Amino acid sequence: MAPSQPDDAVARAVADAHREEWSRVVATLIRTTGDWDLAEEAVGEAFEKALRRWPADGIPTSPGGWLTTVARNHALDVLRRRTSEQSKYREVAIMRSLEGEADADVEPLAADDRLRLIFTCAHPALPLEARVALTLRTVAGLTTAEIARAFFVPEATMAQRLVRAKGKIRNAGIPYSTPSAEALPARLDGVLAVLYLVYNEGYGPSSGDAVLRVDLAAEAIRLTRLVVSLMPAESEARALLALMVLQHARRAARTRDGELVTLDEQDRALWNAAEVAEGLELLASAPGRGPYRVQAEIQAVHARAVDANATDWRRIADLYAEFARFSDSPFIALNHAISQGFADGPAIGLAELETLAASRRLEGYHLLPAAQAEFLTRAGREVDAAERYREAIALAPTTPERRHLERKLAGLPGAAGQNPTPV
Amino acid sequence: MKYMMFVSTDATAEPYDAAEDNIVEWVQDVDARGVHLMGERLRPAEDATTVRMRKGELVVTDGPFTESKEWIAGFDIIDCRDLDEAIEIASKHPMARFGQIELRPFWPLELDGV
Repeated sequence: MAPSQPDDAVARAVADAHREEWSRVVATLIRTTGDWDLAEEAVGEAFEKALRRWPADGIPTSPGGWLTTVARNHALDVLRRRTSEQSKYREVAIMRSLEGEADADVEPLAADDRLRLIFTCAHPALPLEARVALTLRTVAGLTTAEIARAFFVPEATMAQRLVRAKGKIRNAGIPYSTPSAEALPARLDGVLAVLYLVYNEGYGPSSGDAVLRVDLAAEAIRLTRLVVSLMPAESEARALLALMVLQHARRAARTRDGELVTLDEQDRALWNAAEVAEGLELLASAPGRGPYRVQAEIQAVHARAVDANATDWRRIADLYAEFARFSDSPFIALNHAISQGFADGPAIGLAELETLAASRRLEGYHLLPAAQAEFLTRAGREVDAAERYREAIALAPTTPERRHLERKLAGLPGAAGQNPTPV
Repeated sequence: MKYMMFVSTDATAEPYDAAEDNIVEWVQDVDARGVHLMGERLRPAEDATTVRMRKGELVVTDGPFTESKEWIAGFDIIDCRDLDEAIEIASKHPMARFGQIELRPFWPLELDGV
């Protein structure tokens, strides 16, 4: 240890430790105490103590080990106080297990603990929104206030959601463990679904205050990296990471002066080349044909095209057909129809979209008329296209999307894009 | 932990097929594992009687207390390690397939101080 560290070096070291060690330390404390609230409190206390002590004592060589020891001692103090107030057998037993571990090296079990934590937070017996909140709070180490802001709910609502989730874990007997081999595939799917939901929440156009909002897409990628590192043999986890990284690589190209830029109009030089390469490499090491694998391959086709015109739409249409076998979602059907239109011409695209429109499964969804408008434009039917764009504009859920469609309408050849003259 | 398994019908489940009903094997399995405390089939809702005391008066009515398409067809009480084991046990019950099963943890009254 080097004594008397400058404050900014300490702040950085604590921030690094928070990012890299939080889940490990919390996971260990939950296992040893069996008490989620106590574990959280003790780990929070350990990080505060690091901020106070490291400037004078120096940054420890193993910040994770230091934090675990301090958190464990804090948990012991709390339990001793509780047991002196009223003797409780359970807490005495927990204290014995904590004391027994004080000198033991906890590292060999640490990886298991984080997996336990990840699987417990994503347990299907918890409501989906609680799984998301608990994963972000406990595995990612975000504060309740940060999670509340990210999902645009009051902090008290988010706090209540977390309290209820922890209550259910305790009362329903949700185990702090990894699933059995028999249950693993379905449970891993559940974990990946939570991570992808977090990613998509961060990916979508934000209507809130972007400065105060944590980057959920980046958090989801960080968590998925952790899952991949803990379960390197799980191909779908790797494929999900590839899918996220390939989409995330395009973030700088996705907006221009605050306006939405769709994939076909993006400046591909702005795509993060290192991330694209990483995504493609991950995909190459993810065998199997699961749903994330197929979705990642679709993104990889885009990533490999030097420009929008070079996109292999035939391949994308085939991949959407394959993806549709996993889910009969109308959104997948829409993407399949669009890719067929780009592969085989606007007449085919319009016919496919008409079938989808007739099914009424996407009623009120702005991207259906927007896609029809796109193919009508390509077919030279600007007047019909303008009508569809106006329909899509009326349905657009966010301002950036509405403005994007208004620009498409205004860009139609001839007078079609002009607003009709009021009579 | 002790759990009550409410075994219920469910209109969305596949139709009951007596040839595929493996309830005997299920009971043998849970008994052999030592996780089954008791279980019974229950007469249908039309044989149910609901009892209420209202303002000191006894009110007895015909039928179950909730009107729904689903009705409790039986129950089992299991005592197992945790919810994951309870889910595994419930998933193998034939009515997980032909109906649905609700797992409710016991909530023991703490009467030590009384």
